[in-house]
Amino acid sequence: MYRIVSSSFIAPEVKRFVIDAPQVARHWQAGQFVILRVDDDGERIPLTVAAADPDSGQITLFVQGIGKTTKQLNTKQAGEQLADVAGPLGKPSEIEEYGTAVVVGGGVGTAIAYPVVAALAKAGNDVIAIVGGRSRAYVLLEDEISATGAETIVCTDDGSYGRGGFVTDALADVIAGRRGNVGREINTGRQVNIVFAAGPVPMMKAVAEVTRTAGIHTIASLNPIMVDGTGMCGGCRVDVGGRTYFACVDGPEFDAHLVDFDLLARRNQSYVEFEAARLESFNKQCKVEGSS
Amino acid sequence: MSEPLSKKERMKRERVPMPERDAGERARSFAEVNLGFTAEMAKLEAMRCLECARPKCVEGCPVGIHIDEFVGHVAAGDIAAAAAVIQRDNLLPAICGRVCPQENQCEGACVLAKKDRPLAIGHLERYVADYVRNEGFAKVTELPEPSGKRVAIVGSGPAGLACAGDLIQAGHTVTVYEALHEPGGVLVYGIPEFRLPKVIVQTEIAGLEELGVRFEMNAIIGRTYTLEELRKDSDAVFIGVGAGLPRFLDIPGENLIGVYSANEFLTRVNLMKAYLPGNDTPVLDVKGRRVVVFGGGNTAMDAARTAMRLGAFDVRILYRRTEDEMPARREEVRHAREEGINFDFLAAPTEFHGTDGVLTGLAFQRMELGEPDDSGRRRPRPIEGTAGRSDADLAVVAIGNGANPLLLATVPELETTRWGTIAVDEETGRTSLPGVFAGGDIVTGGATVILAMGAGRRAAGSIEDWLVDRTWEMPTIDEPAPAL
Repeated sequence: MYRIVSSSFIAPEVKRFVIDAPQVARHWQAGQFVILRVDDDGERIPLTVAAADPDSGQITLFVQGIGKTTKQLNTKQAGEQLADVAGPLGKPSEIEEYGTAVVVGGGVGTAIAYPVVAALAKAGNDVIAIVGGRSRAYVLLEDEISATGAETIVCTDDGSYGRGGFVTDALADVIAGRRGNVGREINTGRQVNIVFAAGPVPMMKAVAEVTRTAGIHTIASLNPIMVDGTGMCGGCRVDVGGRTYFACVDGPEFDAHLVDFDLLARRNQSYVEFEAARLESFNKQCKVEGSS
Repeated sequence: MSEPLSKKERMKRERVPMPERDAGERARSFAEVNLGFTAEMAKLEAMRCLECARPKCVEGCPVGIHIDEFVGHVAAGDIAAAAAVIQRDNLLPAICGRVCPQENQCEGACVLAKKDRPLAIGHLERYVADYVRNEGFAKVTELPEPSGKRVAIVGSGPAGLACAGDLIQAGHTVTVYEALHEPGGVLVYGIPEFRLPKVIVQTEIAGLEELGVRFEMNAIIGRTYTLEELRKDSDAVFIGVGAGLPRFLDIPGENLIGVYSANEFLTRVNLMKAYLPGNDTPVLDVKGRRVVVFGGGNTAMDAARTAMRLGAFDVRILYRRTEDEMPARREEVRHAREEGINFDFLAAPTEFHGTDGVLTGLAFQRMELGEPDDSGRRRPRPIEGTAGRSDADLAVVAIGNGANPLLLATVPELETTRWGTIAVDEETGRTSLPGVFAGGDIVTGGATVILAMGAGRRAAGSIEDWLVDRTWEMPTIDEPAPAL
C-alpha cells in the first residue's frame, strides 16, 4: 500500500498529491510516469510524475478528475492508502544543453511540463515556459515554474489572466521574436533550439504544426490508454513516422512532427461509452453517500 | 481394495473421461470447464497403467516426474503418497495437471497412446494436487538451517515460482520481484479462469510465502530497481521475466480500435477482471458481435473462448496452416469447437478495414503448405488470387511474443541471441554475467508453463552450485531457434 502524505485541490478538479513511494522516487527522472491503482477493484492508469524526492521517498502527482477513476482518486485525503503505484516507467526526457528551449504545457499537461522545465533549466538551458489554461483558475504551477528560473508566459483561452488566446499563439510569437505580444517583458529574437509539448492532444498537434513550419525539433509527451505500462499488452501503440511504437516502453516522448495525433485522439476514445457509464454510476453513488 | 487388472484388461479399457461442464452452459461462463475426477474415477484410471519396467512417460515429462510411482499410489488409494512423489519433481502440480500439453509429453510417450487411449496422466496429476489442496494436507517441507545466502528472482511466472520453491527449500533467502500488482505472471494475466482458476495459483503462491519466499509487487527490474542493484544485494539473480512483447501482424489497419493483442485482451479480462460487472477496467463490448482470432496456439484458443464467454455472436479462429500444425493442446481445440468456435485454416489476414477509426472487417488470403521451415512445420505460402473478406467487430492477434526489451535494454552487457532472447548455457541457465541466471520464455521464446518451470528448477540447481564454488566460466552460449 502507498500512503498519501498530503493532497489538496489547486484548481477546479485538479488535485496535487504527495505519495509515499520510495522505490519510485529513487530512480525517477523527468518524463517518467507511474501506473496507479486506487483500490483492489481499480483499473491501472498511467500518471506522469511531476516531482520526486529520493530522500523523503515521496513523489508528487497532479490528477485531473475526468473519469470515474480519477474522480475517485481525487476524493482521497492525506493518510489514506492507494493500492498500487508502480514505476518509474517510460524513458526519461532527453535532457541536454540545447541552448534555448521552449516548454509548452496546457491544462493538467503543465504538470508533465513542469519537471521538464526544471530539468532543462538545471542542465543550463535558457528555458521559456508557455503555460495555458481555460481561464485563470485552470493555470497550474505558475509559481513553481517561475521558480526554476524559466521565463514564464501564461495564456488563458478567455483572457482572464496573462495573455489572452492559445499557447500556440504565444509560441508563434516567441519563435518569430514578436516582442510585446507575449504578455510580459521577454528576451525575444533568440533562435529556439527545441520545443517540448505536453497537454491535450489537439494542443500538442497544434504545437507541432507551428514548429514544423519553423523547422524546430519538437518533442511531445503522449498520453495513450495503457494497461501494464511495461510493453506487455500493446494497448498504447502509437504511429510515429509510419511505424508503430509502444508509448509505455518506447516513449512516452516522441518526435511531434512524426506523431499521428489523429490516431492517438481516436484511440483515446476507445472506451467513451463504458467510461461515461462508470462515471454516472460513481456520481450517483457519491450523491447517495453524500445525502445519507 | 479392488484386484489389479490383467494386462489384457488394462489394454482394453477406455480412458475414464474427464467430467466437463456442458458445452452450451460453459460457453457463456467463466467457471472451470473440467470438473475433475472423483476418487472412483481416479482409481479406475490409475489401474489402467501398464506399470512398464522402463516407463516412457517419465522420459516424456520435461521435469521427470516419477509418474509410474505416483500412479501406483493412486491405484492403491494412497493419495498423500502420490502427492509426495509428485512434489519431489514438481512444485505446482495443480497447475501443470491443467495446462501441460500432455499429448506431446508424458501421455504422448505412453505405450497405450498407440491404441489412442493413453493413460490420463494430466488428469491424475490434477486429481492428486486438488485432493491434497482440498484436504488441507501440509506440504512435506522441513526447511534446513538458513544458509544466509540471498537470491533475487525477477518475475513471478512459472519459471520464477519453480526456482523460488527449490531455493527456499534449500534454506536460502528468496525475494521474487513482480512488475504487475499480482504474482503469477502468465498464470494470472494470460490463462483464463475457465482453464486455470486463479484460486489455484493463489494457493500455490501462498504456500511459497508460508515457506518464507518474499514477493515484492510493482517492482519493474530495469526501472524500479536496476539489475546491478539486485546483483549487489544478492548472491545470485534469476531472470524469468517471460517473453512479454506481443507480436503484431504488421499489416495495414492494425491500429484501428477493435484490434487487440491477445495479451491485452486476456489481461483486461483475466488479471483486471473486466468480465465482472461493476469493474473499472473496460474491454471492448463483443456482445452479439463478430470476433476473429489469429493464431493456432493455446493463447488463440483462450482468446476465442474468452470472447465467446463475453457474449460474442460469432467467433472464428483464422490460422495460416492446418489443424495438424496447431501448437494448441488438443483438449483446448476440442473444447473450443464444442463451445461453438469456428476454425478457418490456411488463411492469413492481409489488411484490416475500418470506419471512423473503428474495425469493421478484414481481408485475408488463402494459403497452402510448402516446404518445412526451421520449426519442422510446413511453411504456409499464399495462393495467388484467392483473397477474401470477412466482417469483424473485434480482432485478436495471438501469434506469439518477442523478447521484452525493458530490462534487457538497461543491461547492454548481458548477452542476447539474435532473436533478442537472453543467451544462456542450456544446462545451467548461466548468462554472460557472473551470478546471473535466466530461464523460461525470455530464453526460449514463447513456450510452455512446464518448460519454464523446468528451466527455473534447473537454474535453482546451478544457483546452488554457484553459491558454493563461486566460479564463473563464460558459458557456452547455445542459440536454439526460438519456439513459434
